[in-house]
This record gives sequence, structure tokens and C-alpha cells, in this order.
Amino acid sequence: MKTVFKRTPTLKDCVTHYCPGCGHGIAHRLVAEVIDELGIHDRTIGIAPVGCAVLAYDYLDVDMVEVAHGRPPAVATGMKRTNPDKIIFSYQGDGDLASIGAAEILHAGHRGEQITVIFINNAVYGMTGGQMAPTTMIDQVTATTPRGRVGAEQGYPLQVSELLATLPGTIYIERCSVHDPAHIRKSKKALRHAFELQVDGAQGMSLVEMLSPCPVYWRMPPAKAMEWIENEMTKVFPLGRLKG
Amino acid sequence: MCGNEALAEAAIIAGCDAYFGYPITPQNEVPAYMARRMPQEGRVFVQSESELAAISMVFGASATGKRAMTSSSSPGISLMQEGISYLAGAELPAVVVNVMRGGPGLGNIAPSQADYFQATRGGGHGDYRTIVFGPSSVQELVDCMILAFDLADQYLMPVMVLADGILGQMMEPVVLEKKTSRELPAKDWALTGAKDRDQNIVRSLWLKEGALEAHNNKLQARYEQIQRDEVLCEQYEVDDAEIVVVAYGIAARIVRGAVTRARAEGIKVGWIRPITLWPFPTEEINKAADEFRIFLNVEMSSGQMVEDVKLAVAGKTPVAFHGRPGGGVPTVDEILDKIRQLTLRAKIPV
Ligand SMILES: Cc1ncc(C[n+]2csc(CCOP(=O)(O)OP(=O)(O)O)c2C)c(N)n1
Ligand code: SF4
Ligand SMILES: [Mg+2]
Repeated sequence: MKTVFKRTPTLKDCVTHYCPGCGHGIAHRLVAEVIDELGIHDRTIGIAPVGCAVLAYDYLDVDMVEVAHGRPPAVATGMKRTNPDKIIFSYQGDGDLASIGAAEILHAGHRGEQITVIFINNAVYGMTGGQMAPTTMIDQVTATTPRGRVGAEQGYPLQVSELLATLPGTIYIERCSVHDPAHIRKSKKALRHAFELQVDGAQGMSLVEMLSPCPVYWRMPPAKAMEWIENEMTKVFPLGRLKG
Repeated sequence: MCGNEALAEAAIIAGCDAYFGYPITPQNEVPAYMARRMPQEGRVFVQSESELAAISMVFGASATGKRAMTSSSSPGISLMQEGISYLAGAELPAVVVNVMRGGPGLGNIAPSQADYFQATRGGGHGDYRTIVFGPSSVQELVDCMILAFDLADQYLMPVMVLADGILGQMMEPVVLEKKTSRELPAKDWALTGAKDRDQNIVRSLWLKEGALEAHNNKLQARYEQIQRDEVLCEQYEVDDAEIVVVAYGIAARIVRGAVTRARAEGIKVGWIRPITLWPFPTEEINKAADEFRIFLNVEMSSGQMVEDVKLAVAGKTPVAFHGRPGGGVPTVDEILDKIRQLTLRAKIPV
């Protein structure tokens, strides 16, 4: 018998705390696969966010740190500047990156920090119980938009990747999705490219945004959540390369 | 060399690998000096987008085992409290300099000692302490900086150096050298890439039942050790004194002038000068309070360290206070007057 699919070494052999149908697990696996394929396990340092992925170090078998909400890009700056030979990545949710950490991601990109950012856009604050995120869709019902998000009151879904793409300091930005196998494969290619740029010493920040389901706080079954990404989210967050 | 430049050079001598900071008066000479000197030494200087980011950069560098520092002044230090709490929780070394200015709010840029509570009580959220130095000369500022890096590495915690606008701007001759060095534990916890070893994790989150309490107890045991071993203070003519003035930092310099003049008038007065504000010289002050003497606490605040003096004196003798808040600086005459007034009371034990 031939093994066609197995656990990649950097992904630990354990049960995660993620809800059924959550996208974080898929994203973790892709990150682990890319680290192993590039052979950079021994010199990679990861940064876990405050958010549902706060325990990412329990699943990814590389040196990792867990830091204050929104600050991963600043922490990554401190790490990379003092350790240019190491591969530094931050893994951040949309609340972490686009709201409380908006200044940190903007300025890390602005300075052209040589780091790789994995940005999980699930259009809500998962960890705190499904409140509105900057990326929440118009009319989307969340714990803090009980009547659905109203643009004139709560602002419109924030397209951070587009914003970051305008900065000279960012060299590669792509928006992907994990809602079906074809898109998962594309996400992996993008992640691989983002890491490769850092490995090659390219001057600037690389970022991969992944549209990712949070069935629990989207109030739908996992399969429906995947459809919602395909049919609704990608309209506001179009997939594809934004830069590089 | 002004105090701000001297403290920056001291950090370089101490082996500081990286400086991260955001401009604020009255400490702007520090980032300017570091911007020039750190690259000369092949080390890292980054002007951050905010103090939140600066302390997070320090956190990142420190997590990889590098020596890192930041400097700021009061409003900026308030923003750094998040990172300082995370450093304390994650057991990461760091050196933070606060060249204090008048507050609250934007306050003013005059010298002040109003951040004593913030520095010595932890400052951010959670049960933690930082080691705090309150040097009173440029030379001592240099010596404290060098020691601060060692203590941070030894006890795995943030160490603060409190200066003020006067000390930062003051020009004094200094000897720039590393006089002592300690045996420091290896940084086997540092994030350097999991090569030929298991994964290292740096965290401040402890979710399992009882885990955070155990973590806190471990920190507290360390703090107790620091209180036993690391107190620094200076005493002057306390033995025969009827009045003991307690002051730190630049206020202590002014006190010294007042005490010299009072002694010349025949008043029996001495002083105790805490150099570490945390750990506080509680025992030294408590011992001095065994005899009846009046304690006079002088501060450039509305009265913060005076609470620690009262705790140390433990009700054994009276504690008087003279303070100037909002950037006010007490004069030698002011303090001398206060000492003269207290002499009358000191003669009649109550
Ligand atoms: C300073 C601070 N403010 C608020 C919180 C509470 N909090 C924890 S996670 C989170 C939002 C996380 O959302 P996101 O980044 O989108 O991650 P997700 O859980 O959706 O993956 C918030 C507000 C915190 N931990 N720290
Ligand atoms: S709340 Fe949402 S983001 Fe968090 S683990 Fe559950 S499904 Fe995933
Ligand atoms: Mg989210």
C-alpha cells in the first residue's frame, strides 16, 4: 500500500481545541507543510496571536511565542532585526491584525520588515464569542451587531490587504481561501511563496490572507459556511494576488 | 556627557543588542544617541511607531535571548505597561528607562518623581514587580544601567531605571566601565529555532487549573529573593540623627545640600537614600526607626514613596512629608526650613 497523505512532522499529533469546521486547523496544517517542505523547521520562530489561535504553539512544533493582542508584527520586528538569519512568521486573526493591531501591521509593512504574516480572516472575533470584526460583512449578524452590520453606523468591511498592498515596504500580498480543496492548494502555494521570499532575503513583508470559516459564530453548519465564503465573502474580499 | 547620553552609552557597554523607542521629551537624547551608536556597533536601533510597539519589539528581541531596552518618559511609559506586564508574565528580561516628567495627562516636561507608584507597584495588570532603580547622579545612572541588564537576565524580569528631566540633562564627569559582572544563567529558554532540541515556547497564558497560581507563586518566590539580596541604599550620619531625611534621585541631591547646612547649624540630621526603589530598603529604615527620630520624606510628587517609608517605620516614630508635585523642584532653603521646624518637635518626644 502506498501512503498518499500523512501528518507532516511540524504538525503535532494531537487533538486541537478548534470547533468542527473551523478554518484554523487547515491553515495550521498548510503552515506546517510549507515549513517542512522548505526545510526551515530548525530556524523558524512563530508568533501566536490573542484569538482562537492563541494555542497555536500546542499544534505547531517550532519555537513559538504568544504575545499581546495585536502586537505580533512589532514582536516580529524585534525578533527579525536581532536575528536576520531566522525565519519569523506571525499568525493573526482579523481582530488582532485589522483592529487592535492595525498600527503595528501598517508600520511593520511600512518599514518593510522581512517577516511573513498569515492573516486569518473569519469576519468575526471567534475567541470572545463572535463579536463584530473590522472585516464583518454588511448585514452579518454578530453578538454586537444583532440587527446585522450597518455600514453607516459600524463602518464597512475593512480590506486591510488592499491597504497594505499600497505600501512600498510590502513585497507580496495574496488573498486566498480554505473553503475547498482547490483553494486550499492555492493557499498553500501562496504560503510557500511568502516563506520563500523571506528565506531568499527579499526586502520587505509578505502576507497571505486566508478567508476562513467560523461556522459557530456565522450561525451555520460547516458545509454552509464553506458555501458562504464562495458566494458571499469573496465578493467583498476578492481572491488573488494583490501585490508581488 | 549628559545623563541621557551616558545612560545610552552605559547600555552599549552592558551589551545591549537592541534599542527600540519612540521620541518624547525629556529623553530625546537617548534615541538620537542610539540611532548613531548602535549601528556603529553592529547592533539594532529601530524608531517604533508607538510605545506600545517599542515595548513589543523589546519583547520580541528578548524572547530570542537578546539584550534589549527602551526608554521613554511618563506618558509613553503608561502605554508600555501592557508590554511590561507581558514581559513579567513571560519571564523575559528587559531594561526600561523612564525619564520622568510632570503628570497626570500630558502634564509638562519639567522633572518629576510622580511615577513612583506606577514603577514600584508593577504598573500594568497582574501580580508582578519590576526591579526599580532611582539613581541620583550621572555616574550612578550609568552604574545602575549596567547592573540593570545583569539583574534582568538573572531574575528574568523587566528592570526599570527611573531618572528625571534634571538627571537626563545634567552634565557630569563619568567613568564608563563595567565594574562587576555576575554569573548569569544560560538562556536555554530562548527562541532560536528548534535545532537538535525540543520546541521552546515563551508564553504568559496558563489555562490549566492551578497553573497560573503556581506560576504566580514562582514569581513571588523570586521577588522575595530579590528583596533579600538586591536592596541598595546609602545612609549618611544616621547614628546620632534626631531627624532622618529620606529621598531618592535628584531630590536626594537637594536634600544633601540642606542636610549639610543643617549640620553646620548644629542640627542632628542625617539621610537615607534608597537606590533601589523596589526592592525598598524597608529593613534599613525600620532599624533606623528603633530610636526615636523624626523621618522626613522629600519627593517631587504629592507623596508616593512616603507610603513605603511609613510602612518601613511601622508606626515606631513620626513621618513628615515635603513634596512638590507637577514638575515643582524643592529648594535647599525649603527643605532646610522644614528640617528646622521638625527640630523643635524632635526635642519633645511624643
Ligand atoms: C487588550 C485585549 N483586549 C481584548 C482582548 C479580548 N480578545 C481576545 S481574542 C479577541 C478577538 C480575537 O479575534 P480575531 O483576532 O479575529 O481572532 P479569532 O478568534 O477570530 O481567530 C479579543 C477582543 C484581549 N485578550 N486583550
Ligand atoms: S469560534 Fe470560530 S474561529 Fe474559533 S475555533 Fe470556533 S470555529 Fe474556529
Ligand atoms: Mg477573527
